[in-house]
Amino acid sequence: MNELLLNSAYFGVVLSLAGYGIGLWLKKRYKSAIFNPLLISIVFVISILLIFGISYESYNSSAKYLSWLLTPATVSLAVPLYAQMETLRKNLKAILISLAAGALASMGSICAMAALFGISHAQYVTLLPKSITMAIGTALAEEFGGYPAITVAVTILTGLIGNTCADSLCRLFRITDPAAKGLAIGASSHAIGTAKAMEFGEVEGAMSSLAIVVSGLLTVIGASFFAMLW
Amino acid sequence: MKYTKQIAIIFAVSCAGEILHYFIPLPVPASIYGLVLIFALLCARVVKPADVKDGAGFLISIMPMMFIPLAAGLLDSFDVVRPVLIPVCVITVVSTVLVFGVTGVSAQAMIRRGADTGKEDSHE
Repeated sequence: MNELLLNSAYFGVVLSLAGYGIGLWLKKRYKSAIFNPLLISIVFVISILLIFGISYESYNSSAKYLSWLLTPATVSLAVPLYAQMETLRKNLKAILISLAAGALASMGSICAMAALFGISHAQYVTLLPKSITMAIGTALAEEFGGYPAITVAVTILTGLIGNTCADSLCRLFRITDPAAKGLAIGASSHAIGTAKAMEFGEVEGAMSSLAIVVSGLLTVIGASFFAMLW
Repeated sequence: MKYTKQIAIIFAVSCAGEILHYFIPLPVPASIYGLVLIFALLCARVVKPADVKDGAGFLISIMPMMFIPLAAGLLDSFDVVRPVLIPVCVITVVSTVLVFGVTGVSAQAMIRRGADTGKEDSHE
């Protein structure tokens, strides 16, 4: 069966979309944050692969076409961002300072906890870029001698936390301003979180997209310093 | 024709992003170069928002689904994470929540203060 699926150009895509469809249906039916369509589809896909003994490689030989769309989709994030130019210009200072604070909090807290748990330097630099977009994060982890495969896993987990818990976290920290919500989501959980911010509203989505770029670049600059600390 | 042109522009910018990524020796992915590039083109009014709006809107609306294959890859990388599972999970959850709070709370405080001074200015 693996061989048949390896030659299919649609199986992985159909399986992923079916999982997402089930997630959307559950979300509509139960109206609860636990039924996050992305989370449900991932659990669905992994379960099907495990139950039927299908290798990830066979699944991904067709599912990769979904990932292929990530680059143009990320490029597209500039369009809603441009539409919010006014918000961007008006709050430029607040945006830059809060994102810098966020990047410092991310790397500072990871450094402190790495020391606390006594994990190795390689494991530390693997986790360091976890809040930023995956392509930058894995490149950084590799440069500092970490494990890019784990960076991918941790980055996805981080994104899923942001995507699933964005609503609860906004309530917890009493964040009601739409721009602040977007910045918090993008800075903490990159593009996976941004997908959720887009559902919140135009300002949230645009600020979250902006945060992906700015936090990513700030982390590139800051990581060289933080990598030396532990 | 509408979508043909829009998708063509977005893919062309993605391609330009790949070329930049190839020549610039920084750990910045093609998609980020592309995002900055199309933003600059919009600001310079070389590309009009109407030229890309529907295509971009469609791609963004289906964006969450694009993460499914990568995330399902956790299946394969789980064995690598297993030995350090607990510290990794704790660090991930704590730092994500912390970044969310620090960024959101500080941004909100500064935006509100900015809005207040803006109002005061208009009174004067």
